[in-house]
Order: sequence, then C-alpha cells, then structure tokens
Amino acid sequence: MKKLVLFILIYFLPVLAEQITLEIPFTQFTLPNGLTVILHEDHSIPTVSVNIWYHVGSGNEKPGRTGFAHLFEHLMFEGSGHVPEGKFDEWLESAGGDNNGSTNTDRTNYWENVPSNAVPLALFLESDRMGYLLNAMTPEKVDGQRDVVKNERRQRYENQPYGMAFVRLFENLYPPDYPYHWPTIGSMEDLTAASYQDVVEFFKTYYIPNNASLVIAGDIDPDKTQELVQKWFGAIPEGGTVPIPDFPPVSLDEQKIVVLEDKVQLPRLYLAWITPPFYSVGDAEFDALSNILTGGKNSRLYKRLVYDMQIAQDISTFQYSMKHSSSFIIVATARTGHTLAEIEKIIQEELSRLREAPPTEYEVQRAINQFEAGFLDQLETVGGFGGKADKLNSYYFYTGTPDYFNKDLNRYRQLNPEKIQEMMIKYLKDDGRVILSVVPEGKTDLAVSKEKEDK
Amino acid sequence: MNTFKTYRKITILFLTIFFLILFVNISPGQKVDRNEPPQLGPPPTLNLPPIQKFQLSNGLPVIFMEKHQVPLVQINVMVKAGRVNDPVEKTGLASLTLDMMDEGAGKRDALALADAIDYLGARISTSAGYHSSRISLHTPLNKLDSALVLLKDIVLEPTFPEAELGRLRKERLTTLMQWHDQPNTIASILTSRALYGENHPYGSTSIGSEKNIRSFTVEDLKNFYQTNFLPNNSAIIVVGDVNPLEIMQKLENAFGQWQAGKVIPVELPKVEQVKSRKILLVDKPGAAQSVISIGRIGLPRETKDYYAALVMNTILGGSFASRLNQNLRETHGYTYGAGSYFMFLTDPGPFIARSSVQTEVTDKALQEFMKELDDIRSPVTEEVLIRAKNYIALRYPRNFETVDEIADQLEDLIMYQLPDDYFNKYIGNILAVSGKQVQQTADKYIVPAQVDIIIVGDREKIEPSLRNMNLGPIDFYTVEDVLGEALNLNE
Repeated sequence: MKKLVLFILIYFLPVLAEQITLEIPFTQFTLPNGLTVILHEDHSIPTVSVNIWYHVGSGNEKPGRTGFAHLFEHLMFEGSGHVPEGKFDEWLESAGGDNNGSTNTDRTNYWENVPSNAVPLALFLESDRMGYLLNAMTPEKVDGQRDVVKNERRQRYENQPYGMAFVRLFENLYPPDYPYHWPTIGSMEDLTAASYQDVVEFFKTYYIPNNASLVIAGDIDPDKTQELVQKWFGAIPEGGTVPIPDFPPVSLDEQKIVVLEDKVQLPRLYLAWITPPFYSVGDAEFDALSNILTGGKNSRLYKRLVYDMQIAQDISTFQYSMKHSSSFIIVATARTGHTLAEIEKIIQEELSRLREAPPTEYEVQRAINQFEAGFLDQLETVGGFGGKADKLNSYYFYTGTPDYFNKDLNRYRQLNPEKIQEMMIKYLKDDGRVILSVVPEGKTDLAVSKEKEDK
Repeated sequence: MNTFKTYRKITILFLTIFFLILFVNISPGQKVDRNEPPQLGPPPTLNLPPIQKFQLSNGLPVIFMEKHQVPLVQINVMVKAGRVNDPVEKTGLASLTLDMMDEGAGKRDALALADAIDYLGARISTSAGYHSSRISLHTPLNKLDSALVLLKDIVLEPTFPEAELGRLRKERLTTLMQWHDQPNTIASILTSRALYGENHPYGSTSIGSEKNIRSFTVEDLKNFYQTNFLPNNSAIIVVGDVNPLEIMQKLENAFGQWQAGKVIPVELPKVEQVKSRKILLVDKPGAAQSVISIGRIGLPRETKDYYAALVMNTILGGSFASRLNQNLRETHGYTYGAGSYFMFLTDPGPFIARSSVQTEVTDKALQEFMKELDDIRSPVTEEVLIRAKNYIALRYPRNFETVDEIADQLEDLIMYQLPDDYFNKYIGNILAVSGKQVQQTADKYIVPAQVDIIIVGDREKIEPSLRNMNLGPIDFYTVEDVLGEALNLNE
C-alpha cells in the first residue's frame, strides 16, 4: 500500500501543471561507416521495433525512370546474400515478427516489429540486405516485383475511383523537371523500362550506411542493443557521396484548370497550392488552417457545405508536408444535382473571409487542444508506420535531430490567428493554384471550367 | 515481472532531455557468421495488470485495467444489441440510431456537442456492430471530467433531432450511390448476401436498403434506443491512467441512475451451408482488375476449433508468408496481395478468401486459389505449423499496446463470456494446436467444392476463360442487380 500512495502522489503532479513536457528519450551514436543509430527504451509491452530509413525517395528519380525507388523497396524483401528468397518473411514470422516498408518522395522506410528476444534476427536481416542485397539479386526477381508493383498501381490507382486524381494534381502543381511532379508509384512505361542494371546502380548509390538511419525502440537494453548493432552493421563498408537531387525553388504562378473523367457517380473537386516544406515556418500553420476549415462539424467549410447547405457529401483538407516543398489540398465531393462550380464558389467565399479577418482565438485554441491530444496518442505506439520508432527517424531525417518531439509540439502550441492568416494570404493565391475536377464520364458540365472561372 | 511498469510514464513526464551522442570505435573489418540466422533466446512472456471488475449501484458491470504510461483514458460503453436487433423490415436501424446518438444530447444540439468534444481534444465515437454497439470516449486524463459529462449525455440523453435525421438520411443515400464505384464493396456485399441471404443480419448491409433509409423516423430511433439501451444489457470498459477508486466514483455519478429494463433476446434465422460451387460474376466494364471473393459459412467465436482455425488460416492466407499470398503475389505476380480470414461472430460468420488480380489472369488466379483451398486440407509440415503458431502467439502482446486496443480485447471477454485468465492462457492455447487439428479444421471448414465465388470484373474479357474452367454454373449480375439503381436525390 505504501507504494500505491507514493505512486498516486507522483502521478497526479503533472496533471496539475498547465503544460506537460512530453519527450521521447533516446540515445544516438554513429558507426564509423556513417550509419546513424538511435535507441529508445519503452518497456510497456515486450516488443521492439527496428526501423530504418534510407534517405532516398521518388524525389531522387529522373524522368523516364519514375517509380524506381518504390520498385526497389519491393526488391528489398526478396532475399539477400545470406537470406534465401522468401526467408525474410518466413524467419520473421517464425519469431513472431511483422514487417513492412514504404516509399515517399523523400525517403524509403522499413520496419520489423518483433518480440524483444528477436532483435538479433531483425538486425541480421536488415544488415544483410544493406550489405549483401546484390549477392542475391537476379533479373527474374526484378521481373517478378515489376508485375507485383504494376498490380499495386492497378489496385490503388487505376481500379480505384478517383484513383488518378492525385497523380494529375501533382503533375500540374509542379513543373515537369521538378521531382515532385511524378507519382511515387511511377508510370507503367517506366516500370516496364526499369532494368536489372538500374537496380545495381541504385543500390550502390543510395543503400549505403552513410545514407541511412536506424532506430531501435521498445523493450531493449540499450548497451546490449548497441553491441548488436555494431556486430551486424559494423562491417558494412561506407559508401560514396550521395548525389543530392535538384530541387530548385518552385512556385506556381498561374491558375490551372484541369478536368478528368472517371468511372464515378459523383464529381469531386481538388484544389491545390504549393506551401512551405515540412517543419519550416508556415507548415504547422497550414495544419491549423486545415483544422479550422474542415476539422469537425463546426469547422468553416464542413459546416457550410456538408452541414448547412448539404450540397457536399464530404470535404477534407490537409497540408501534405514534404522535405523540399509541401502542398495544401482541399478535396470535396458534390452531392447529386450539384456542380463543382457551386462548391468552389463557397470555398472561395470562406477563403476570402479568412483573408479579411483572421480565425478566432477560440478556433485556434480548439485546434491546438486537438493537436496536443494527438501528441499523447503518439506516445502509446512504438512500432509500425507512425509509431515512436518511425517518428524518431522522421525527426532525424527532416530536422537533423531526433530530439524534436517537444519542439514539434511547441510548433502547434505557439499557433496564433494572425500568423495563420498571414501564411494563408501569402500562399493560397487564386492565381497560383490547380483546380482539378474529376467528373463522371461524359459529364464535363459538372466541372469547374475555364469559361465559368473567367466570368 | 510486471511489464506494465509505471516508471516509463514518469520518465516521459519528468526527465529532461536525455540526449547523448556517442562515437563508437570498432574495427570495421570484424567478421560475423551470417551462414545461419542468429539463435534467439526464449520469447518474453506477457504479464498484464489484473482485470478489475466492479458494479455500479444499478448493477451495471464495469471492467477495468490500469495503464499508466501515458496520461490517457479510454471508456467504452458497450450495449449488447446491434444490427441483429434491427426489427423486421428495418435493417439499418441500429447503425442509424448509433450514428444519431452524437447528433444532439442533453442540452446540447449537434454543433454544440461536437464543439465541446473537439475543444477538449477528446474523441467520442459511436458504432453498431452485429451483436453489440459501442459509444467510446478517448480523452487526455486532464479532460476526463468534462469529457465524461458529454459521454453520459450521449449514452443517456440523446435527443434524435428531426433535422439531423434528414441530414444523415441524405448522407446515407449518397453512400449507397458511391458504392457503385467500389468493386471491393460490391464484392463484399454480394458475398455476404450469397452466403446468408438478404434477410439475415450477416447477409445484409449495415445501413440497409434505399427504401429503409428513406423510411426511418425519429420514432424508430427512439424505439430502438429505449428497447436496447439498458444497463442490464450493457457494460463499461475502462482502460488508462486512473485508479480504481477514482474512476468508480466518476462512473457511479455518471451512470448510476441509468434505469434497468426488460432485455428481449434475439435469435438469428438458421442458415444453410453452401452445398455446391457456383460463380457469381458482376460485370464492371473496363475494370483493370478483377476482385475475387470466395466464401462459405465458417464458424462461431465460441467454438472449440477457434485456435486451430486461426492457425490453419494463418498458413492458408493470414500472413505475408501464407500460401495464398506467396502463390498469387510472389510466385505468379497476379496481384498486390491475397489472403483469407474467418469472421468470428456469435453465430457462424463467413470464411472468405480474396484478392484483386489483373484482369487478364483472372482464370489463372482463380485456379491457384482453388489449388490452395484444396492443398490446405493435406497435412502441413512441422516447420510451417510452428511458424504459423509463433506468428499468432508471439505477436499477441501487441494487442495490448494502446488504451483503445486493450479496451477492444476486454470487450471480447464480455461479449463471448471468456474467462478472466483468457489473455494469459491465449499464447499457450495457440502453441498447443497440433498439425492434426489444423488438418481436421481445414477438412471441416475449407471445402473447395462447396463455395460461392464472387467475381467483380470486366465480363467481356473474363467470361470465356472462366467458362473453360468448368468450376460450376455462372450467374451474371450487373452492379445495379447488386446495389439497385444509382439514385437521384432530387426525384
């Protein structure tokens, strides 16, 4: 009982404080070959997440070879020098582990969630494909995953209602030579063109310890884990200098009106602008703007279009944050009997209202409260996409340090109405945006058209 | 050792930045033996905090687990009534009633209620399952008191405003319309219908038909609520950073006055197992892929074959290394993924194997499906068996990571009247499954000659080759046959 009383005293203290300090404590070190390693202890449940980021994404690709970073991600699961094809998954599953990987414009990440006794296996597998992938690579494997990725494209883009919308949106938002112009999945032609030799080159250039960061988080002993990392990754040679992709300053200085016909029942409107990069000034303001416009029943656009007028089935907005340039996107589906021009007119009215007067203090505080609660949720999950291990890697990659959880939270705590308005006026310009209408086949009259806009 | 140590939270809250940069010196040439994967020590055990059970003064049971790592609280109010309690001719009512419960409650209208919840940074969600419904609160600890008042209002004093019903009606009618675009949804709906029939709750859609959606009145909602929302038909699940005395008092204040009533038990119509094999082909002209969904009636949650069925399905289609995924994705490249599952419900839920495959190889993919459904009935090797068992058993602790995940697990205890040591025995129960049990379970429940095969794809391209396979009769459907005409709200 003594223990219990003491415990209650301790744990009610922070609740009394106005603001809680939230941290993800960690240890960081670098191997001589340049591999950055970050360790975080959390013994809530007896599992560990091994999470590695290679600092290469579709933004490193060239036109004609789009989709390659992602195709390569698939090949990382097909076996390596000491891991026969199929065994990567089989061995992990036998140990009670899960794994996955993903590719975006900036990076490629991989994780293994394992029971805490299986950390050596996860590190063996992860290091083997970093050190010895090419020993087991064959043209047949490239062909096999090419088919799988083409089916991924069919399933997630082509056979998906509105599935091509974001491809068209980014093509129009960014100029053809800017690396965010093309989708991470790539084009069918480029996937067909990808060769075994491309795989070899890509691996040697980007899949090297000095272009990666490794987080091990969960039920670990940091000292023993550090030894394991040295054992499995220490002998992998450092690679060369990684070429830096060309991201010139980018802006859109016109209004582009695009119409896409699709096998859909209802027309859907997409508006997009170029906004500040991940974690830079303005990025959090656009997250806040998103909440003010479409976060909940009382948000401005949701309330008008979905709740009051009931001419939209849904509306959402988000700041899609990327390393070199982000985008702010509004997506709304019109109900039957309504055109996208009607929807666009209301959106325009609400954006104009915000240009004239900043959001209220109350709206901003409501958004901050939701962001803060979201940070608490992030502390609960260690593994997978978006868990603490992934988060530490994300902070390291995008800001240069894993020590960013509290700073990240403070970006939101410091939000204020005037700054949100200032950013919104600066970046959400009428003459610097893409308006994409996806309409049912043959129903282009439902789209936002140039003529109507010109009036 | 109790693995739910509390010091983690204290560390998070009190320690200032613990931040070290170390440079490690090791000789880069050090060799390690990679010829075999490393030998692993024994897997860790799962040690959960005790399950605590209480009752409020009105008899309402409370099941509680402490979790102190993060200052969060999850409270689920679970009512043992759901879609199976939809009255005759009123399929969709449970779903709509739950959806309407946070559209006005106590003194607050829909907007005021949503604003109050959002301002706290809390989340309250309502949903109807087949046999139970749930209103759940997820809140930061320091907002618990205010959030609990809102939860109480929603559970005990929903107002069901007419105007909000009109709005949700429109939303649902539009959802019906949007389903026409979604081949996966079409496949799911037709699979359930083929197996159970439209008049069985497992065979119908959650939101009901267009006719039903148009017909529901405020009176219907109130009737469903009053008939089913009873403390003697409910339970409260609490997980999080609170102590038992404190939370009991709060719950008593909120829900202690809830009045008991008469619970009317429901019996589901008996269903017939699929007796032969047939194909139901839904034409989706121009589709880049065909959705294949192969179904038959599976088994209920409270079956003695539960653990064996889980292991068997893991081998067949329950993991990345499973046979269906390896065959259709890795060996043949027909798809981005293939798998299978049992939906365990109070009555026997469906067994479904499914994938989206490239249109041109629909017949070949289907052939591989049939081959795997057949092969799983033969003995499996010890290696495969152990892999599947470990995959389920050793991942099990991860179901207890977050407050809402733990609450989900505790709901199952109540729903299926599982014993208190269920969690602690789970891993042992999985590891005890034998190869023979796996084979017997496959033999009993996976019968490839007795399945409904639902395919949603481009008929013109796939019909000839499907006919050549001679798997059974083919019934043809249009999307409209499955979903009705896409409607026009302005009629």
